[in-house]
Amino acid sequence: MFYRETGQYKTTYAADRAIFPIRQDRVAFAVLLLVAFVAIPLLANEYWLRSVLTPVLVFSLAAIGLNILTGYTGQLSLGTAAFMAVGAFAAYNLEVRVPEVPFLVSFVVAGLAAAGVGILFGLPSLRIKGFYLAVATLAAQFFIEWLFTHVGWFTNYSTSGVITAPPMTLLGFSFESAESRYLLTLCIVVVMAVMAKNMVRSELGRAWMAVRDMDIAAEAIGINLMKTKLTAFAVSSFYCGVAGALWAYVYLGTVEPQAFDVLRSFEILFMVIIGGLGSILGSFLGAAFIVLLPIFIANASGIFGDALSAETIAHLEFVIFGGLIIVFLVVEPRGLARLWQIVKEKLRLWPFPY
Amino acid sequence: MDELYFFLEVLIGGLLSGTMYSLVALGFVLIYKASGIFNFAQGTMVLFAALTFVGVLELGAPALLAAVITLAVMVVLAFAVERLVFRHMVNQPQVILFMATIGLAYFLEGLGQTVWGTEVHVLDLGIPDRGLWLGPILVSQFDLVAAAVVAGLVGALGVFFRTTTMGRALRGVADDHQAALSIGIPLHHVWVAVWSVAGFVALVAGLVWGSKLGVQFSISLVALKAIPVMIIGGFTSIPGAIVGGLIVGASEKLAEVYLGPFVGGGLENWFPYMLAMLVLMVRPEGIFGEKIIERV
Repeated sequence: MFYRETGQYKTTYAADRAIFPIRQDRVAFAVLLLVAFVAIPLLANEYWLRSVLTPVLVFSLAAIGLNILTGYTGQLSLGTAAFMAVGAFAAYNLEVRVPEVPFLVSFVVAGLAAAGVGILFGLPSLRIKGFYLAVATLAAQFFIEWLFTHVGWFTNYSTSGVITAPPMTLLGFSFESAESRYLLTLCIVVVMAVMAKNMVRSELGRAWMAVRDMDIAAEAIGINLMKTKLTAFAVSSFYCGVAGALWAYVYLGTVEPQAFDVLRSFEILFMVIIGGLGSILGSFLGAAFIVLLPIFIANASGIFGDALSAETIAHLEFVIFGGLIIVFLVVEPRGLARLWQIVKEKLRLWPFPY
Repeated sequence: MDELYFFLEVLIGGLLSGTMYSLVALGFVLIYKASGIFNFAQGTMVLFAALTFVGVLELGAPALLAAVITLAVMVVLAFAVERLVFRHMVNQPQVILFMATIGLAYFLEGLGQTVWGTEVHVLDLGIPDRGLWLGPILVSQFDLVAAAVVAGLVGALGVFFRTTTMGRALRGVADDHQAALSIGIPLHHVWVAVWSVAGFVALVAGLVWGSKLGVQFSISLVALKAIPVMIIGGFTSIPGAIVGGLIVGASEKLAEVYLGPFVGGGLENWFPYMLAMLVLMVRPEGIFGEKIIERV
């Protein structure tokens, strides 16, 4: 009744190409942004801002990165966390060695460094594909983790191997409070998400999807495979690199190479699968789902009192994660984003479906 | 002369420990051949089988009974996996099936540790773990026994595939699903059978790994190294799994001993993957794999 496009005519090409062609969507999105930028910082308490919402945003960014590579270009990657680590350590090293650099610049450098490493480990994708490629990205995962653990230069010879992010200041303002950190992350993530959304709707994104659907056919219609695959690796790693830098600087403050292990890579892969392969919205939904699920389980198990130990709960989490992945792949391989789409389609006919 | 002996010692130690990777890779190859599924959960199945075995053992059952019970659990698991997961995923792209097995890996890992706990279990099968001097070269007796187990298992599987009806059916399905269906091979039964065989291989691998390292979570991570083993050997080849295992085992030990001191050690963690990547660049189908032919 309320959600339909009747009477909304597109009279310009620009209107036809809009991200949200329906007015109700635009209004809803504006409200959502308003809530995220104004209401949440005012209402949410420190715990939610610092330990829930900020990691959700950071993971969303990493999930968008992986989604560009796996969901849009069809190149399976198990090394997402390694590219995040490259970002985190690149930003840290730049700040330590050249303290004058503003931290926003070092975030960009973090992304660029990760993009470079991504291209390097993306080179095998020109010859191999599918889970053969997954092995190449596993090589990246284990090699980079080892590099940051064993080569002291990267951690500035810190004895424990842990790096501590220098404080972030911009024009005299110091990002210390939970609110400021949340808003900083939100700004970066929103800008980058809009960029990603536009990228996948452009010529570049369409080339990615053509390669995903069938790379030989894509090549036959004149798409440059090498360029397309390597840009996918570069852009994807750029997003992961910035996410890694945010993870180290904004969320944790101190970070060790082991925080970016292969299990973290899987976690981000799960976000992408559950959220929806090939969907920017899905990256947010998946990240929120995976971050909130353990909190939900921990609270739900409180009902049973002390019958379940913390250890058992941690293991049950694994069981539930694994089970959910399988259920999603069997029932709805296109994830939460697809469910949302179905809801919207139903809503257009509500309350008089035919 | 001593240096040569030392080199041989490292080489032989590496080759022998490589057979243990082969053992895990064997399970991967079996399932991949029969169903085209790259079973990421094979490593976790090794851990799960070992945990179950030790758990039953600690309840007071004799070793043989524990092995039988564990085998039964693995067969039930094979049934469940076929019925609940892969039956519903026919015609999905291989990468989606692969991701489903990652989910399965998580599920099994959580389940095994929920039921049996996380503490490191000691598994003593009475295999002597002492050095053995072969002339001037020191060889681990345990690794020798493990290598013998692998050889025996490969031989038994070879006989199974060549002579039994089920083995022939498996080979038929591996060659061509549709042709196999059209001559009346029940595809679903074959899949259950091959997952059961892979479960059996996982049990053997779990026993060998478990008595070497202790039954603990890290087994499933070590078992991940079976993936480069398969890549090097080729996805569809049992001899490939063996040769790949030997190459990985020997090369990672040699790299650790001869290159490790220059870069601070720990090369073993990533060396096999890098090696696999290089092999892929040169020969995308692995050493023994079937040539990949693609068309539009």
